[in-house]
Amino acid sequence: MTSMSTQVQLRLKDALNEQTIKAKVTVASWEQAVEAAGMVMVQANLVEPRYIDAMKKTLRDLGPYSVIAPGIAMPHARPEDGVIQTGFSLVTLEKPVAFGSAENDPVDILLAFSASDKDRHITALKEISVFLSDDDLVKKVRSANSNDQLLDAIQDFEINNTE
Amino acid sequence: MIIATLCGMGFGTSMLLKLTIDEILKQEEIIGYKVVPWDLGSFKGQNADIVVAPTDMESHLKNTSAKVILVKNLVDKAEIREKILAAINSLEE
Repeated sequence: MTSMSTQVQLRLKDALNEQTIKAKVTVASWEQAVEAAGMVMVQANLVEPRYIDAMKKTLRDLGPYSVIAPGIAMPHARPEDGVIQTGFSLVTLEKPVAFGSAENDPVDILLAFSASDKDRHITALKEISVFLSDDDLVKKVRSANSNDQLLDAIQDFEINNTE
Repeated sequence: MIIATLCGMGFGTSMLLKLTIDEILKQEEIIGYKVVPWDLGSFKGQNADIVVAPTDMESHLKNTSAKVILVKNLVDKAEIREKILAAINSLEE
C-alpha cells in the first residue's frame, strides 16, 4: 500500500457540501436507499451510474456488514466499478428501512463513498468515525428536516474538530 | 503480532476498524502489534493472531485459528477498546 503522505487526502469538510447531501429522502427498500445515495454521487460527478449497481451487488454478495452502527450504513464499491473521483455522499431517510443487519437495522443514515484508490479517502474516513461516535451530532443529522439543517450539523462538527 | 481487520473489500469497513484500533494501541502504549486491513480474499491465504470483523461477517470466520473479535458498532470506541484489550491480554498470558 502507498504511504498516506504521498497522497492528497480528501477532507470531510470538502467532501460534504450542497451537492453531496440530501435530507429526508423517502424510500421503500434498502435498494432504493442505496440508489438515492448513489444518484447524489452521480450528480456530483463522483461516480458513473454503474457504481450504484455495484454498491447494491456488494451488499447482496458480501452481506450487510456495511451497516456499521445503529441506523447507519456506509455503502461503497470498488475503484474499478465506475469511480470518477474519491468522494462521499450523506443521505438521510424520512423513514428507516431494513438492510438485513442483525445488530444495526433499521437504517436512516447513509454515508456512501467512492474511492479512486485505496487511500485518498482515509482521512475523511477517520473524520467520519469521530463524527459518528458523537451521539448529539448523529441526533442532529437524524432530525435535520432540510439540506440546510443537515449542512448545519456538519458545520458544527467541523467547528468542534478543527485541527 | 498481527491484528487483521476484515471486510469484503479491505478499504472501507476494515479501514475504519484499523484506524480506531491504531488509535487505541497508541493511547494504551501497546507496541508489537501491526494492524492490517484485509479483504475476504487475502484473509483466506494468511494468518493473523487476532481477527477483528463486523458481527454481520461472523459466517466468514469459521475456519480461522486466530482469536476472533466481533464488533457490533464500528464507531463505538468503548466496545472496540474493551474487546481488543481483552484479546491482547489473553494472548500475552
